[in-house]
Amino acid sequence: MTSPKFLWDFLPFFLAGIPVTLEIAFLAMAVALPVAVILAIGRKSPHAFVRWPAGFVIEFFRGSSALVQLFWAFYVLPLLGLSLPPLVCGVLVLGLNEGSYMSEIVRAGLEAVPRGQREAAVALGLPARYRLFRIILPQALPLMVPPFGNELITMLKFTALVSLVTIQDLSFRATLIGDTLGESGPIFGLTIVVYFILALILSGLVRLLEWAVARWAGRHVTAVAAPHGAMLAAAPPSRVPAWALGGAG
Amino acid sequence: MKSVPDTNAALLQMRGVSKSYGGRKILDRIDLDVAAREKVAIIGPSGSGKTTILRVAIGLVRPDEGTIRIDGAYLWHAETQAGLKPAGERHARKVRRAVGIVFQQFNLFPHMTAIENVREPLVHALGLARGESDARAADLLTQVGLTDHLAKYPAQLSGGQQQRVAIARSLALRPKIMLFDEVTSALDPELVGEVLRVVRELAHASDMSMLIVTHEMAFAADIADRVLMFDQGQIVEEGAPAQVLKAPQNPRTQKFLRALLER
Amino acid sequence: MSGFHWDWAFAWSIVPALAQGVVVTVIATAGGSALAFVLGLIWTFVRVAQIRIVTPAVWFFVQFIRGTPLLIQLYFLFYVLPTWGLSVSAFATGVIGLGLFFSAYTAEIYRAGIEDLPPGQWEAALTLGLPVRRAWTGIILPQAIHAVLPMLGNIVVSMFKQTALLSTITVLELLASGMAIGQMTYRFVEPLTLVGAFYFVVSYLSARALRSLETRDEVRA
Repeated sequence: MTSPKFLWDFLPFFLAGIPVTLEIAFLAMAVALPVAVILAIGRKSPHAFVRWPAGFVIEFFRGSSALVQLFWAFYVLPLLGLSLPPLVCGVLVLGLNEGSYMSEIVRAGLEAVPRGQREAAVALGLPARYRLFRIILPQALPLMVPPFGNELITMLKFTALVSLVTIQDLSFRATLIGDTLGESGPIFGLTIVVYFILALILSGLVRLLEWAVARWAGRHVTAVAAPHGAMLAAAPPSRVPAWALGGAG
Repeated sequence: MKSVPDTNAALLQMRGVSKSYGGRKILDRIDLDVAAREKVAIIGPSGSGKTTILRVAIGLVRPDEGTIRIDGAYLWHAETQAGLKPAGERHARKVRRAVGIVFQQFNLFPHMTAIENVREPLVHALGLARGESDARAADLLTQVGLTDHLAKYPAQLSGGQQQRVAIARSLALRPKIMLFDEVTSALDPELVGEVLRVVRELAHASDMSMLIVTHEMAFAADIADRVLMFDQGQIVEEGAPAQVLKAPQNPRTQKFLRALLER
Repeated sequence: MSGFHWDWAFAWSIVPALAQGVVVTVIATAGGSALAFVLGLIWTFVRVAQIRIVTPAVWFFVQFIRGTPLLIQLYFLFYVLPTWGLSVSAFATGVIGLGLFFSAYTAEIYRAGIEDLPPGQWEAALTLGLPVRRAWTGIILPQAIHAVLPMLGNIVVSMFKQTALLSTITVLELLASGMAIGQMTYRFVEPLTLVGAFYFVVSYLSARALRSLETRDEVRA
């Protein structure tokens, strides 16, 4: 039997976890983005001694469990002499983990830029770094924004894990409240709803960002097809013919 | 322009059929009849509506206007005491039985063998038992010359063989009229002949009506009773093959045939 | 730098305990995957059948599952299921939670597989007079599922990694085993490193195997 009064009392404490959760999500994203770019570029490097480590990092973080990585960083690193505060642990692990997944997005985005762009830059004698950062990346960026947006939502879900290494995010507080009340069902139900609402809000912000980037791309960048309209529209029309669907039929 | 032969009881009867896609009129009030046992060929440039008219005839596409009658029954309308009322998919399904189609891209089921492909309509549309459907399917495949390939998957067959399986499959329901949608256009040149041979045999040996969209003029001249020239959603010329193909009257037909010959 | 030395003898000695955790992990992965595959098909069926009220409700439910953390879903099920009269073990709860969470992804995978089929398959089914049910069960679904098998394989690999979360609801899988050893012996390095290595090796090899299957399929087609 829930005592609504008690739950209500804990609400401020609970909701104070929202900024913490968001902060971790954005900080981890801030780590993940450069990691993704560095790894993607490293992967394509002509030098094997750059390519292989980059490849290994990607495979390692993608190929193991984020929770295991988190626990390892939190429990084992101090024993090896590196004692990181929980926040740093969480942000680093999530950032490296997500960054490795996102390097795939960066790779795809870079490859989507027409080869002619690179060739023209080479023909004009532009140095490789300039070529990459001023020619290729700006054109690849608009394409990468929507998938990055999806990863932001994934990151939001990931942040729940940091509650297990003593960071006082939404999940941590929910667990605490549940233990205190002696009844965890309702609080966790509420927690799920709050995460969902946060995800919706973030999705909305991402859509805005997509739109803004698409407009910028349409005006300043013309080699790659401006990715508006199609991406912001709803899912493409289904190929499943009407006769095969239920409903009125 | 009308294309209605003298006989009264046309197997396929289209009146005033129109269809637009995105503002463009693909079919413009077409009247088209195919009599029992008649073989009609359709020629024309792409975008002329010749593929769409076939899809309308079998009910894959519902026209914006007009009526379609197959063996007397209306495809998209139910005949009630109060007159014709628009009908839905369920009604069309029953009427559609009398029509078969062979597609340009074969559309075989890749996860089934040749004989399983042909059995599929026999078992699930006609409800035949295993033994009989097996026998009939084998029969049909023999008819198209593929006796030794019953257990092969489409990926193991050449384009010409695949199309022959598709023909056998469409024959399974014994349609009264068969539609052929440029059935050799997707084939390598050396495989075209074997498919045309099968269609020719069908034309001579069976009572089925045929409506054939094709680029193969010699073939059309050989088996068609009537040839229709489509252009921009209309029938611009019709008549006997000797006339339409050898001595066309309409300048658009002349232009089209000339362009084909120059290839 | 603390003087840490890796104790091989200790590492070797804890392998049996860890092995038990591996067994639990593998069974949880298998159970969760099976549930995810089946549930995903059910969600797809509901979407296609367009049942009044049920279809939008299911769609919303699936979106909800996709958009919220697995950890909280597991907590929720762990604490709530008993109050609903479903006294299942922590392990079963974990498998249900995993299956439910990943079913949101398999449903999307099935949907993509179905949409990717050439329209000609639908047209052939229609013009051959096949009933709607047969078109789905005999023509469309077999091809769609075959086409997305690699992606379903990835789901299994992801699920394998996520079984680690079951440790938070008292299931003694691999991570929990490692942590238990650490908490008992105060030596975390060997257990957690072995655990991490195991997850990595299995996931990596599986992902490689899947990728080679994908390319083999492409070459054949």
